[in-house]
Amino acid sequence: MGYPHPSHPKETVVLSKYFGDAGARSFDGWVQRGGYEGLRKALGMSREAIVEEVKASGLRGRGGAGFPTGLKWSFMPKDVAKPHYLVCNADESEPGTFKDREIMRWTPHALIEGCAIAAYAIGSERCYIYIRGEFTEPWRVMSAAVGEAYAAGALGESAFGSGRRIDVVLHRGAGAYICGEETGMMNSLEGKRGNPRIKPPFPAVSGVFGMPTTVNNVETLAAVPHILVRGAEWYKGLCLGNPKSTGTKLISVCGHIQRPGNYEVTMGTPVKDILYEMAGGPRPGRTFKAVIPGGSSVPIMTREEAEEALFDYEGIVAKGSMLGSAGMIVMDDTTDMVYQIWRLARFYAHESCAQCTQCREGTAWTTKVLERILSGKGKQEDFQLLLDLSEQMTGKTICVLSDSCAAPVVSGIQKFRSEFEAYMTGSRQPSMAAV
Amino acid sequence: MTPRSAHGGHGTETVPHAPVFVGETRARLEGLFGKYPTRQACLLPALWMVQEERGWISEPAIEEVAGVLDLTPAYVKGVVTFYTMYHTHPVGRHFIQVCTTSPCNICGAEDVARALVEKTGCRELGATSPDGRFTVVEVECLGACGFPTPILVDDDFVEDVTPDKVAAILERYT
Ligand SMILES: Cc1cc2nc3c(=O)[nH]c(=O)nc-3n(C[C@H](O)[C@H](O)[C@H](O)COP(=O)(O)O)c2cc1C
Ligand code: SF4
Ligand code: FES
Repeated sequence: MGYPHPSHPKETVVLSKYFGDAGARSFDGWVQRGGYEGLRKALGMSREAIVEEVKASGLRGRGGAGFPTGLKWSFMPKDVAKPHYLVCNADESEPGTFKDREIMRWTPHALIEGCAIAAYAIGSERCYIYIRGEFTEPWRVMSAAVGEAYAAGALGESAFGSGRRIDVVLHRGAGAYICGEETGMMNSLEGKRGNPRIKPPFPAVSGVFGMPTTVNNVETLAAVPHILVRGAEWYKGLCLGNPKSTGTKLISVCGHIQRPGNYEVTMGTPVKDILYEMAGGPRPGRTFKAVIPGGSSVPIMTREEAEEALFDYEGIVAKGSMLGSAGMIVMDDTTDMVYQIWRLARFYAHESCAQCTQCREGTAWTTKVLERILSGKGKQEDFQLLLDLSEQMTGKTICVLSDSCAAPVVSGIQKFRSEFEAYMTGSRQPSMAAV
Repeated sequence: MTPRSAHGGHGTETVPHAPVFVGETRARLEGLFGKYPTRQACLLPALWMVQEERGWISEPAIEEVAGVLDLTPAYVKGVVTFYTMYHTHPVGRHFIQVCTTSPCNICGAEDVARALVEKTGCRELGATSPDGRFTVVEVECLGACGFPTPILVDDDFVEDVTPDKVAAILERYT
């Protein structure tokens, strides 16, 4: 369902089937809708068989990096000599993205079930779900659902009488985008500042509390029960583009669009269908100018690039950007691109944890140079300055927040250079007081 | 009794800190200990409990948390200041967070922020209204970009806010 709008015939509703249906929130309501079949089935399988099934489905991480989920699980040690942990990343803070929120608000048991299956598959008895502090409503819904799952015996000492212990603990964040980065999240869970860690060691070797850990996104885990119930072949078959991108994907569409919301599509669906048919196209009398397809951390696409792209991991790369978190930010011809790129740079400057010089200095200086341009004091040399800064910020830091700031800046200069020049030459009035 | 010297050596503490972690709150915190392999992992939850009870996290509260979890006050302070949702100063009775990040920004979020500042009497972002009723702060993406502009009033998430709706929303909070 194109929540909060009615479902569109071109959507493939799997995860979003019960968005907006309050009856699906309770344990009994979920069971009536076929819920917990996946967990029951999983508990009768071996750990290895579950990992193989998920590998065969082609499921890739929905948190941003698109790493194959089954493969990630297979990195966890086979023998459980010390505690293993599953961490569910519900920190959803990437500008443009609001899909995990709807999964938790409407189908909390889908997530709990996915967490329980994944925990069992990686040899873990405990899953922490790290929910961003601002998500007050999802927190309430999830808390109630976890309580019900324990009461019904789906969680606890012996999940569904299997003799296997599975605990789910909700953990509340407190406002920090960087805690969405998996190693920052692990530090935060340990009661520390959320600074990302240098890798290696990778989480599967030494993660939260120094133990083998797997971190997965909410949407990734919510897809797992469906794969177990309906089979890897079915999931793999949900594919219109190329076989490397399978299944359905929730796309959060926002910005200058008639019907903002979450749309669930089969991988490989043309972006044009999403923008014009499902989400209703531009506002009356307007045309699209730019689309940021994967949350704010990916390169900006022009309207033409977006309209030609297929929505899957490779399809978006082929048109110069990345699928990221699938938060699609749509900007029409009224948008001041320089101002919005500045606003994004300011976001990254605010959220940098400041461990790495390139990121701390780079995000701050990028913001300042953009402010100079917006105040009408920019010079031609500022293009090179911004590009040099971006170069220094890419591929050189502990995590990719720094690279994420560079992405909109570099693509913005490449694709919307004349808008920067208009500020420099004075043909556009300053939109900010001189700094 | 010699008054205990306060933090950083400025002045003395005349009003003793009433502990947060007693009775039911203490029991709630101790109930969390079994869910994590370390005490330190209970730091964020403990700080939330302080803020829920007192509205903000004071220096004496930081010392108390440190004592309860076997950490040092300086360490706890370092963690408190990393996270934007913990208040290190008292705030208004109702705390309003408004998103102005790009997706909301292009849909008019700055106008919503201005309306909030004006209608609450806060005069500027980050400030508290003279009657102590509201504090308004600008925040980054609230994870609800399809419902521009979302605001968070205390624990109430309000979607689709436009400047003309601000006055009616504020009326609900006295
Ligand atoms: C700065 C930064 C912020 C991130 N924020 C999130 C987030 O909010 N939610 C999320 O699931 N992944 C986020 N990620 C990606 C995680 O590090 C990690 O790759 C992901 O949670 C793994 O889960 P998956 O394999 O299921 O996608 C972020 C990464 C970076 C570098
Ligand atoms: S790149 Fe930035 S956010 Fe990431 S660890 Fe370095 S300073 Fe922190
Ligand atoms: S940008 Fe405002 S909620 Fe995401």
